[in-house]
This record gives sequence, C-alpha cells and structure tokens, in this order.
Amino acid sequence: MIADSTIPTFGRVAVFGGIYSNHLALAAAIEDARARAVDAMLCLGDLGAFGPNPNKVFPLLRDSGIRVVMGNYDDSIARGLDDCQCGYTDPRDNHYARLSYRYTFAKTSPENREWMASFPSDIRFRLGGLSVLAFHGSPRRANEFLWESTTPTHFLDKLADDHEADVLLGTHTGLHWSRSWGPGRAYVNVGALGRPANDGRPEVWYAVLSARGRDVPDVEFVPVSYDHEALAEEMRCEELPEEFIETILTGWWTTCLEILPGKERAAGRF
Amino acid sequence: MTKALPSLDSGELAPRGAQDGTSARAAADAPEVLLRALDQLWFQVAGTICNLRCRHCFISCSPENHSFWFMSRDEVGAALEESAALGVKEYYFTGGEPFMNREMIGILEDTLRLGPATVLTNATIMPQRTVDELRRLSRASRYTLELRVSIDGVTAEMNDAIRGEGSFDRALGAVSRLAAAGFLPIITTMQSWDDRETDGILVAFRALLAGVGYDRARLKILPPLHIGAEAERTRGYRDVERVTREMMADYPAELLLCSGARLVTGSGVWVCPILLDDPTARVGDTLTESVHAPARLDAQACYTCWVNGAICSNMPGFTADFT
Repeated sequence: MIADSTIPTFGRVAVFGGIYSNHLALAAAIEDARARAVDAMLCLGDLGAFGPNPNKVFPLLRDSGIRVVMGNYDDSIARGLDDCQCGYTDPRDNHYARLSYRYTFAKTSPENREWMASFPSDIRFRLGGLSVLAFHGSPRRANEFLWESTTPTHFLDKLADDHEADVLLGTHTGLHWSRSWGPGRAYVNVGALGRPANDGRPEVWYAVLSARGRDVPDVEFVPVSYDHEALAEEMRCEELPEEFIETILTGWWTTCLEILPGKERAAGRF
Repeated sequence: MTKALPSLDSGELAPRGAQDGTSARAAADAPEVLLRALDQLWFQVAGTICNLRCRHCFISCSPENHSFWFMSRDEVGAALEESAALGVKEYYFTGGEPFMNREMIGILEDTLRLGPATVLTNATIMPQRTVDELRRLSRASRYTLELRVSIDGVTAEMNDAIRGEGSFDRALGAVSRLAAAGFLPIITTMQSWDDRETDGILVAFRALLAGVGYDRARLKILPPLHIGAEAERTRGYRDVERVTREMMADYPAELLLCSGARLVTGSGVWVCPILLDDPTARVGDTLTESVHAPARLDAQACYTCWVNGAICSNMPGFTADFT
C-alpha cells in the first residue's frame, strides 16, 4: 500500500456523487453531513448537467472546503469538448444529453470552468487503518460505469490490487450500492445528489463512511430530502425539458436509460 | 487472488516484443492491437451449430456446420476459473444457437455466480420452460442476465427472407414470453436497409414489440459483415476495405473489441467472435496464453469494426480513455 505522510487520515467522511447542478440538494446534504460530525466532505465530480443554473453549486463547494474529483462532465465543460463523454448512441438519449450539455456549457462561468480544470482525477486518504481511493467512474477511466449487476467481485478486487487501495469510492452511474469482500476490501458507489435513484421517491442519496480499524468501514447511505418542487420550478423557469423535471418530481428516470443494464432498468418504470 | 497478474491498465499485458518494438510480427503490414485488459470473455458455446441457416451469417452456421463443436459445462467452467484471476468484467455466449447446447442452463448458472452473462440467441427454440429456468437463474443472481434476440426485420417477410421461414413468429413469441417473465431482451438486427430508412424502422420495431407485450424495447442495430454467408447474399469486402497502419495512427484502439476481449472455443482461443473462420486469429490454447498475443487486423472484417467500434458488445463500444 502507498505510504505517504501527505495522505490525510479521517475517521468519518461524507462523500457526494454527481451534483448535476442540483444546488438545493447539495446544500441540504452539506447541512446533513455537518450534523453527523464528519471530518471531511468529498465530491466525486459531475457538478453540472440536468439541473438549472450550474454556477450555483460552486460557492457551496468552495465555502465548505469540499475537495472535488473530476468527473467526465467536468472534464468536457472545462475543456470545451463537444459532448459529455457518456457514450450514448440511442438517438433519444443523445437528444437530451445534448440539450443538457449545451445549456450547462453556456451557463458555466469561465472562472468556474477554470476551477474545474484543476480537479484531480482521484483523491487518496486513509480511513482508520484502510487506504481509500476516490474517483469518478472507475480508477482506470472516469467514464466507466460500475453498476451493481455488471461488476464482478473479482474485477473489483483486481482494480483494488492494480491501484493499491483497500476501499474504492465512485459515482457516475447515479445509483448507490456497495459490496465488501476479502479482508478489509470494499467498493462503494456513493450515488448521486443530482437526481433520484430511479426508485419512485424524490430523495437523493449520499454516503457516510466511518472507520472501524482494519475492518471494512461502516457505510451508511443517507437519503436527502430537499425542496425538489422548488428545483422543478427553477428548471421550468430555465426552460429545461419537462422529462428532466418529471424525474425530479417522481423519482423515476425518463432519459439516458440506454446505459442501464437489464436488471437495473427492469427495477425502474421506463 | 494473486498479485502477480498483469494490470488492468494498458501496457502490462503486452508481449515483450511488442513493448520494445522488436516483435517479428510487427514487421508485417497489418496493424496490431494489444489487449489492454480482458474485460469481455466470449464463449463459442454452441460451436458453429445452429437450428437456422441464416443467409447473412458471417460464420455460416447451420445444423451441418460442425467446424466447431459444443463446449461442455466443464470446458466453460475451466475458462471461468481462469477468467476470475484475469479480472474479466462481462461474459458473453454465442454460437451457433447457444440454447442448442444441452448444458446451457447449467453453464449460465455457473457464470452468474461470477459475473454478468449475455446470451446471443435466435430465440426460436425457447419454450416457456426455458424462460422459466432463465427467470430462476436471473432472480438467484446479483448479476444481470441479458438475452440478445436476433430479429432481422419488422415483418415476417423481411426477417424470414434472411433467417428462414417461421423464424419471425417463433422469435416474437419468445420475446413475448421473456417480457412477461420480467426480462428486457436486447433486440439485435442487422441493417439491411438504407440509412435514410433507419428512423422509420426503429419506430416500426417499437410498435411491433409493444404489440407482443414488450413496451420498453432495447434495440441494437448491427452493420453487415461481408464474410461467410453474407458475402454470398450481398457482396464481399472491396479491396480498399481493410485497416492499414495509417488508419490506426490516430485511432483509439480501445474502440475495438480485440483490445478488451477474447473468445474461447472448444479448440482454442480466438481474438474475437467474428474471425472464427480465420485460423490466424487463433491466439492460444488457453486464456492466460491468449492475453499476451496481439490481435492482427489483417482480416477485412476488421474494417467494419474500425468504422463502427466494438459492434459485438451490449454497449456501443468501449468508451475512449478519459485523458
């Protein structure tokens, strides 16, 4: 394992996944995490997309000292690429992804883009006796999807070996899940604050990890209630697609469904 | 799990000769692609044996084509065991028709203990009892079981001209049973029409499938591969349709299936499922041996993958590297 005195050690951390411009959910999650007396808060990237007024999330992150890992969306926006690098081919998914990307790109300030360009591709820290690696999609590729139903445990174990970590933390899929195996190894997908987990409820999710010595950490997935109706209203004012607003209000995903494996797709409504 | 295996990141799986540029094979004209990581493991589980004799089959499968025989549950099991140490992410089963393999349910049961499984099937021999077995396996596993059903047209006339009489109705019947059992099969169709007709065909497909109770259709359009029976039905590759070193100069090799997959058969390991008839695409007796051999893009079918990306994957292709 990597031994470096500059790597911080924490006892309890709050980890936020994709924000997707949902500043109301981010503010609620920060408040919730503070009440849980966490040592640190991290965000695993994808600050923009989907929601309204992307600049609103930046002061929340800066003012709370939240360290951010670069997501594929952040990389695209920072570098001015043509798309979000999610890899959709379905024409309907692409239509909505394009709408969302163009809106977010146009509305993100140059200062915020510059800050995004400085995000690291991963962050290492120690949680009790364990080495943790936090990234966006996977440690080898920011836009790799690690769904629960398509990620073998032996594959995760190899990632942990290759990247010299006990605990792997990611987001990118928007669905929270975790698995532990072997002595002191775990993967946690912290979910997303940006949109609900395709489960028919409007809450969004983040994760709190607490050290337990050399055992795998306690992982608690926290549902965050926030004023989702106010967010929906703001999205309407910004003339964002009604399909996005429906997801915020109902908790069911209506777009970007092509990337879901059969098992996860079957659990949703659309 | 041993720590001495190659890294999932690119580079370490490369043979020494290719790494330092001294490979004897590198002197040949065809570009080579190194395996970056063994993300997908394919099984030629039904060999070249199929109940149908489709006129577009790129490896000319039929009831009489015994070039490759069925794989046994033990053979598949041995490769599965090897695969775990290599960090395989997804398992795919093809043929021929996988459900002609009498051990297919047991093979899927073994696989779904380890990871996600996808079966490429014509769904013409899929009675309710098979659907029930598949549902049992799917519910018992944390991993997804994907059924990819080939239907080559939105009418019986269009499909059966390629896949044989009666195949349209039988496949649609199976799709209906699969949907009723909670599956969301991926309907794959080879593009046999002009690009301008694609939007209309997709709309027609969705209506057709909704009509048999499948209203969340997942559709995948495949380009034709001009080899095997398809070369007879339409045309073979033209001289200019081949991958050159220049074409690979700025091309992200991770878009090609051979950069992240191997195919295990009953008689060795191949670089991909498309080049089964090409003996030079055989890259080892065992999986572990095969990961160190590069794929050579000599075959003209490689041109279709170069144009379209990893057409065989459920997802449209490996996404390019982030940085």
